[in-house]
Amino acid sequence: MPKRGRAPMQGELLQGTLDLLILRTLAIGPAHGHTIAHAIERQSDEVLQVEHGSLYPALHRLEDREWIASFWGTSENNRRARYYRLTPRGRQQLSAQTTRWDELVRAVNRILRPAD
Amino acid sequence: MGWTRFFRRRYWDEERARELQAYLDEEIAENIARGMTPHDAARAAHRKLGNVTRIREDIYRMNTIGFLESVWQDLRYGGRLLHRNPTFAIVAILTLALGTGANAAIFQLVDAVRLRSLPVKNPGELAEIVVQAGDRGRTGAFTGRRPMLTNALWERIRDRQQSFSSVMAWSNAGFDLATGGETRPAEGLLVSGGFFDGLGIRPMLGRLLARADDVRGCSAPGAVLSYSFWRREYDSDPSIVGRTILLSGHRLDIVGVSEPTFFGVEVGRSFDVAVPICSDPIFRAERHRLDASDAWFLAALGRLKPGRTVDDAKSDLRSMSAAIFRETLPARYVPEDEQAYLNFVLTAESSSTGVSTLRRTYSTPLWVLMGVTAVVLLITCANLANLMLARATAREREVSVRLAIGAPRRRIVRQMLSESLLLALIGSAAGLLVARWLSASLVRFLSTGQTRLFLDLEFDWRIFAFTAIVAGMACLAFGLAPALRVTASAPATTMLGTRGASDTRERFTVRRALVVAQVALSLVLLVGALLFGRSLRNLMTLDPGFRSNGVIIVDMDARRTSVPVESRRAMFDSIVQRIAAVPGVTSAAEVFIAPISGSVWNERIVIDGKVQDGMVNFNGAGAGFFRTLGTTLVSGREFTDRDTTNTPRVAIVNELFVKKYLAGSSPLGRTFQPRYGPGAVAPVFTIVGVVADTKYRTLREELTPIAYVAAAQETPDDLMPSVIVRSAVGLAGVAPGITNALREVHPSITVSFTTLDGILQTSMTSERLMAALSGFFGGLAVLIATIGLYGVMSYMVARRRMEIGIRMALGADRAAVVRMVVGDAARLLGAGLLVGIVLSVAGARTARSLLYGLEPWDPTTLAAGAAALAIVALVASWWPANRASHVPPTAALHEG
Repeated sequence: MPKRGRAPMQGELLQGTLDLLILRTLAIGPAHGHTIAHAIERQSDEVLQVEHGSLYPALHRLEDREWIASFWGTSENNRRARYYRLTPRGRQQLSAQTTRWDELVRAVNRILRPAD
Repeated sequence: MGWTRFFRRRYWDEERARELQAYLDEEIAENIARGMTPHDAARAAHRKLGNVTRIREDIYRMNTIGFLESVWQDLRYGGRLLHRNPTFAIVAILTLALGTGANAAIFQLVDAVRLRSLPVKNPGELAEIVVQAGDRGRTGAFTGRRPMLTNALWERIRDRQQSFSSVMAWSNAGFDLATGGETRPAEGLLVSGGFFDGLGIRPMLGRLLARADDVRGCSAPGAVLSYSFWRREYDSDPSIVGRTILLSGHRLDIVGVSEPTFFGVEVGRSFDVAVPICSDPIFRAERHRLDASDAWFLAALGRLKPGRTVDDAKSDLRSMSAAIFRETLPARYVPEDEQAYLNFVLTAESSSTGVSTLRRTYSTPLWVLMGVTAVVLLITCANLANLMLARATAREREVSVRLAIGAPRRRIVRQMLSESLLLALIGSAAGLLVARWLSASLVRFLSTGQTRLFLDLEFDWRIFAFTAIVAGMACLAFGLAPALRVTASAPATTMLGTRGASDTRERFTVRRALVVAQVALSLVLLVGALLFGRSLRNLMTLDPGFRSNGVIIVDMDARRTSVPVESRRAMFDSIVQRIAAVPGVTSAAEVFIAPISGSVWNERIVIDGKVQDGMVNFNGAGAGFFRTLGTTLVSGREFTDRDTTNTPRVAIVNELFVKKYLAGSSPLGRTFQPRYGPGAVAPVFTIVGVVADTKYRTLREELTPIAYVAAAQETPDDLMPSVIVRSAVGLAGVAPGITNALREVHPSITVSFTTLDGILQTSMTSERLMAALSGFFGGLAVLIATIGLYGVMSYMVARRRMEIGIRMALGADRAAVVRMVVGDAARLLGAGLLVGIVLSVAGARTARSLLYGLEPWDPTTLAAGAAALAIVALVASWWPANRASHVPPTAALHEG
């Protein structure tokens, strides 16, 4: 849950999802903003079309909560870029949130397809 | 969110900006690699990322503590607005500062003089023991600042009372620290043995006086120094106890120093040295007051026993009164006084705040000043309200535009509030400075003359907070009301309304009422200032019957010469002669009581064997006294060197004496006697001259009948002669010469100088204070009211610009426009003046005792005040009127 801001319900749901996706992406290894954005897009088979800009406030928020940490590094193309990595707390959060996501999906599925 | 991020949010913003730029660079490079043109690549990258500024703002907001951030922003915005309208800001801040500062300063004085408790243990248990006397019978010699009891009364009260756990008596005495030459005065305190103990004062060094120190006939009394005297005179020497101090030529052992907080029991005075009452004979020799049952010089306080009330003490004292007064009846009383004396009753009065003549002198002026500052505070609030209203209204259009483009209402209201808050804060801070400066100047003002005023003026935060909050609230309330109003209405209406030809009547009524109130209150202050100013002028220009300019009073203390009574006359004559011979001295003459010094010697008189009504003031004068003083000799002759103890007793009386007692016959050659009690032989005085009436004790008093007797024919029973000197070269020109001349007479004589003008000035301190302060506040009030009126008129003219334009287009000339606007102002002014006159008269009646030579409803003063205010106010409204009349009609109409 975001601590402040005036985002509507819809956004909140999306935002929480975005957080989870970022954590998932970083679980593989440190990456910078550009990589994270494209990775999410690619891995979801281009279904999750996020405006790449909205990634940055999310990164900022996660860093604030100390789930991720950042450092300046050099990109594959030899450019200065800010890299993010998962902190131990972030890793815990990832597994906890993944579990909760799975439960949520199961619950929603049970309601949507009671016949199964 | 960490606090570090809040304080480093600018750094973080730049950091994010770099990060976003890095994304763009990366994306553009990839796009180019995919075969796009650089231009398309950049556009595609930007589209992918979204609005960079928006992202940065989102992140920036995450780093802030929302409320704090916007308050700071509002304050800064408010500061910028004030900076852009310096006149408004300065007027508002000055108004606030003077209003709050003056209030706090005056209240401090009132508190110190009237309300503060004594710095002693449980002051609530203290009660003063006094004689309930009619207007007769308490006659005799009165010395000291609070002559309530005689020693005979005090000793009996001390020994017989039941309701106090301890009783203490005190009197003040002037000591001289010098061994010769000019006097070095020290404030002495004569105290009873139980004084310090009863008040609960502890020693700072050594010990304080105890019961054993105050026994009749004490030959080597000890002295206790006050903390401030010990610091001043002995530089806080820790080994002071056991050393001696020379007081008026008598060496006393220093036994201790009292604790720092104790200044005495008299508010407004501090003491330097305390000695036991039993030492009076040492300092006053045969004229001591311990056995004289008509020497009133002591004041007494009692500490109530636990559980006893002041009423218990009253009934206790009452029950023992008859016996005490019977035993102490002074021998020389005449029968009427005897009868009155025997009917006296002792009583007690709660005295937790100490006793003070200062309180008597200044309490009315201080309360009146308190009222004056309250009015100033009211005017301040009214003016602030008016200013804030004007300001908020002027911003109506701006506010509606901001509302129209989506600013939240709450935000706008808060912004206006914070602007008011900023004003209130700055104004109060400035008020703090004003308060400190003003209270220091007030004490300095009251201390002028020969008296050193001691007031413990602690800065009172409560009262300052109170005034600041009142003014601040006015500021906020009147800043907020229009803000709420404007934001409540639909933006479109307001935007239309501001430029319409019509006027919103409702808010205008408030501002008009405020102006009327301001004018009325200002008139009250202005009339007050004029009344006090004229009272002072009346006092300063009244003919006291003498020419004070150039007269110096020389007070000498020759007690250390120990000249016996029979040789004193010769010494006094030689002193006068030597002083008269000093270069720069025009003439010199002996005097018993200097004019307007506050001392009195009065007697009842007998003419042709008949006791006369009323008292006659007496004075002793030497040869050439009236010439020196500048008092007109109406008939007969002055005293001369030929009036001696070998010639018949002569007297000179004033015109009122003749009119009252000797009407219808030639006064010269007539005789009168003072009326003495049984056993005393009254001398017979032959009148040899008549002089013009003079003021005797105070300038404010009614003229009294005065009899002057020849100083040279009186028995010189003390060694403290006074001489008045007329000199054309001033005090500084003759003082060294006189000091030298006296040294030739005897090296141990000490001397002090005052000018008669100085005495007159000091006697008018309270009047000068009132005139100066009320003048200051009156001027201030008029200024504030004028600004208020100017503001309202300017605003009204601005609102009616279009109407004026139409009128002029239709043929109204400039004079008509000016008449219309000024006429409007005149109506407000008229209403204000009418209310003001009623209030002024009511206010002046309460301050009646402070006026001299005029009535509270003095028509000239009222008319002058109203006229002055009217002129200033009309000029203030003519200005905007004139400006309006010079607006080209087309310009005004185009704006609509």
